[in-house]
Amino acid sequence: MLSILFPSLLNGVATGAIYALIALGLTLIYGVLHIVNFAHGAALMVALYGVYFLFTAWHVDPYLALPIMIVAMFCFGYGLQRFVIGRASHGKDEYILLVTLGIAIILENLALALFRSDTHSIDTAYTLATVDVFGALIALPKLIAFFGALAVSSALLLLIGRTQLGRAIRAVAREKQGARVVGIDVEHIYAMSFGIGMACLGAAACFLLPAYYVNPLVGNGFVLIAFTIVVLGGMGSFAGALIGGLIVGVVESLGGLWLGESLGQIGIFVIFIAVLLFRPQGLFGQKGA
Amino acid sequence: MKSQVPSRRQFVAQTAALTMAAGFPLIGRAQVKAIKIGVLHPVTGALAFSGSQCRIGAQLAIDDINAAGGIKSLGGAKLEALLGDAQSKPEVGAAEVEKMNEAGVSAIVGAYASAICLATTQAAAKYNIPHVVDVGVADSIVERGLKNTFRFGPGYTTAAHVAMNNLHILNKLAGNVAKSVMIIHEESLFGTGTAQLLARDLPALGFEVKEVVKHANPTRDFNNIVLRMKAVNPDIVIPANYYNEYALLVRTMQQQKFRPKAIYSVLGGAASSFKFLNEFPDAAKDIIDCNHWFNPKDKRALALRKRVEAMKVFFTYEVFCTYTATMLLADAIERARSARREDIVAALAASSFANHFMPYGATRFVNGQNQGAQPLMTQVQGGDIKVIFPKEYKEAEPVFPLPRA
Amino acid sequence: MRELALIVAVLAAFLCAPWLTDSGVVLNFLIMVLFATLLGQAWNILGGYGGQFSFGHAAFFGTGAYAMAVLQTVFAVNPWLALPLAILCGVLVALVIGVLSFRYGLRGSYFALVTLAFAEVLRILANTFDFTGAGVGLQLPLREAAGNMQFADKTGYLYLVLSFVAFGLMLSWWLRHSRYGAWLSAVRDNEASALALGIDALRVKLAAIMLSAALMAAAGAFYLQYFHYIDPHIAYGPAISIEALVGAIVGGLGSVFGPLLGALVLHLLGEATRNLMGDLPGISLVVYGVVLVLIVMFIPRGLSGLFGRRA
Repeated sequence: MLSILFPSLLNGVATGAIYALIALGLTLIYGVLHIVNFAHGAALMVALYGVYFLFTAWHVDPYLALPIMIVAMFCFGYGLQRFVIGRASHGKDEYILLVTLGIAIILENLALALFRSDTHSIDTAYTLATVDVFGALIALPKLIAFFGALAVSSALLLLIGRTQLGRAIRAVAREKQGARVVGIDVEHIYAMSFGIGMACLGAAACFLLPAYYVNPLVGNGFVLIAFTIVVLGGMGSFAGALIGGLIVGVVESLGGLWLGESLGQIGIFVIFIAVLLFRPQGLFGQKGA
Repeated sequence: MKSQVPSRRQFVAQTAALTMAAGFPLIGRAQVKAIKIGVLHPVTGALAFSGSQCRIGAQLAIDDINAAGGIKSLGGAKLEALLGDAQSKPEVGAAEVEKMNEAGVSAIVGAYASAICLATTQAAAKYNIPHVVDVGVADSIVERGLKNTFRFGPGYTTAAHVAMNNLHILNKLAGNVAKSVMIIHEESLFGTGTAQLLARDLPALGFEVKEVVKHANPTRDFNNIVLRMKAVNPDIVIPANYYNEYALLVRTMQQQKFRPKAIYSVLGGAASSFKFLNEFPDAAKDIIDCNHWFNPKDKRALALRKRVEAMKVFFTYEVFCTYTATMLLADAIERARSARREDIVAALAASSFANHFMPYGATRFVNGQNQGAQPLMTQVQGGDIKVIFPKEYKEAEPVFPLPRA
Repeated sequence: MRELALIVAVLAAFLCAPWLTDSGVVLNFLIMVLFATLLGQAWNILGGYGGQFSFGHAAFFGTGAYAMAVLQTVFAVNPWLALPLAILCGVLVALVIGVLSFRYGLRGSYFALVTLAFAEVLRILANTFDFTGAGVGLQLPLREAAGNMQFADKTGYLYLVLSFVAFGLMLSWWLRHSRYGAWLSAVRDNEASALALGIDALRVKLAAIMLSAALMAAAGAFYLQYFHYIDPHIAYGPAISIEALVGAIVGGLGSVFGPLLGALVLHLLGEATRNLMGDLPGISLVVYGVVLVLIVMFIPRGLSGLFGRRA
């Protein structure tokens, strides 16, 4: 088993990068709006279909689809928060929960009705290509996704840390009444944050599809893992989501190695529970966050 | 999915008043009362793909029977499909049976997944509704003493035994080149059950079972499993899982450049799927599968395949299993000369239906299981899926062991 | 006292149902509504009265179902005897989860997510051990007899689940009129000031999660007896947790009749969309989702809020 420890570790890191991409959007939404977004998986599915149809209908390479998907998913997210979630939730946690759940049901079944339940994957020149990293074969799409995750999280850090919009988002995240007093349009900032979160999913979908597949329920497999990462990294922390994603990827990989793929999943949840109990602010979150 | 019969579900309203105002207007000039058949599958939720494929099979069969003049012993009575959706949940499946009962179905065909079949067969048993199981490979479905339950196809015990015996023969013919296997199975009823049988009985046939790996549905990444595969280096890899996971597994093996002497699937989700073959011809190449399959020499099967493909639907096992299961039911109604449930149950129990394109011969039911049901062995060769075992259905010689790449 | 009278009237109506109709569809519908009501009632105790939102109530449901199944199939215990033991198992799981998460002060989404994780851990464990049948699940042999808690007709099951729901209604009523209930809502509304008043918040919350789990485990036991089969996905999957919380929230948090109203409306909605929307897969669920969002949008206090005060 020792001989495959290194490749397994490396693969865990690469898989974890994809998880991190999905978790980045979730952690932003959670950090600003303080809502548990049950529709995150369904939104990922929407983005994956977007990439898929761009590829099959217009032969747009998934990586070239990045700008299109980022803009499209941003608009989708902005509208969703501004006109549906914001209006229906009456600012109460339990209703936000129900609304995002309702949206997930709508999106998943709309996809089922429109595109049928078939699983689709795309076959590009690099789908099956691998890169030899010190004797370990790492799938090329995963390697690209790893750098994609680094790029997206850096971009987010810059956006939130260095721009006017970022300042407003941080103000709303910390104290929304105060932000309102100083003239920030809180509803707009909420919608912007949700939109940016969805845009991250758009990027994630471009990196994920070459290594995976899409069907109406594909997002469900990633929701729980994304929540785990968000908690692990600290809700609202981008660096936390990135490193949390990598940790979860590695734990899953090594857990699978020693406990079997099915039982190995337990490692993730045990870490999740331990972090919640002993360090609920997450590995990278601030105390009292 | 253009169906000639009025197949829309018209389980009209028990919404507010909770009363059944059953009205089934008949299209056409049928003078004789139509016979209602419940077609119950999971067409939404996790099993939506397979369930929809099954539904298409049932609808095609009903179309064909009606086009050929309906049930002749009942004056040409047409069959009428009542479609039900189990939503991939056993309890919803059972609720649909209740509705079908009150809508007056004579029989039910369904319900693809084993867990749903367990619920629907026992709900149907309460009203003595004959229930033909189309796929549902768990053997517990026909082992509970339910008098109304009939399974046309093989269960996983049969499939596993056929697979093991043929592997034994294949290996002997090749000079016992393969000595070890690794089993990779999905974690629910069918995968676990199959894997348990394989792991128990393969050693007696001279194979060392090096590892049994269970994985979740969905499994997001198969690199780990394939890495272990490379470390263990089994001669033969035996997958038993559903389509998505099967496809990812084989693609990952290709990616990691692991090439065993054979990929030998038992009820493999994608192994003998025209969909997989079409989308990943390279990955699918040379894969052997022991699965539900039609008699490749029967022209009707080939004609049906053409028709199905013309509808832009893949001719997967779900389609032809449910198609023939529906045909079996129609045959029983024909011989029962009655649309009454108890008569159809009796006719099914005494059934000797041979006019079909499955490799089962004439049906003979013992405790609801068709004794002649057997899977066939197929291998992907020359861009098509060819039967390699047994002799009477063989289309091509097996390629085993695989040549070194 | 009007509420008590209403409880009796509702129970009597369900009790009479088998005399009014022998339709399997209607009886099965009522059974499934009562089953969903039970899930909602369980969730409502902790989520509505206690303000602790759980996403993992399947942990208690599945434990009840599995305990019931293992006791019958492995240890040949009579189901009527197994039932209290199964409920006890669910309560014990709640005690462990409660002690761990409340002691460490988890609340809000942190509590929600930790319960979800516990349910997942239990699902994976059930999927692994042989005594739970691993992925194959557990199946009760068919042996119809009232003594075996397998009834020949639906009336038996209706009364069984109705008795659980009756208990849930009484429990809810008691929570609204007892000192303990007052403590629980004090903790929900402001834990710090509840502590200042000398209320042992930890104990109060622990009691709530255990009561909640008892109803949930009873629901699990009922599911097993009605359908004779469970597997890890059915028992511990997220579907049950979600059904419990949706019914309770739609019905109106912290109300006696909310879960019943929520379950009834959601099931009627489900039936209506299924029957009216035709056979194209997915469309009926799209409509269901849209109506769910609309309900939240336009009935902000839950269905029970429609009837004036929080009844």
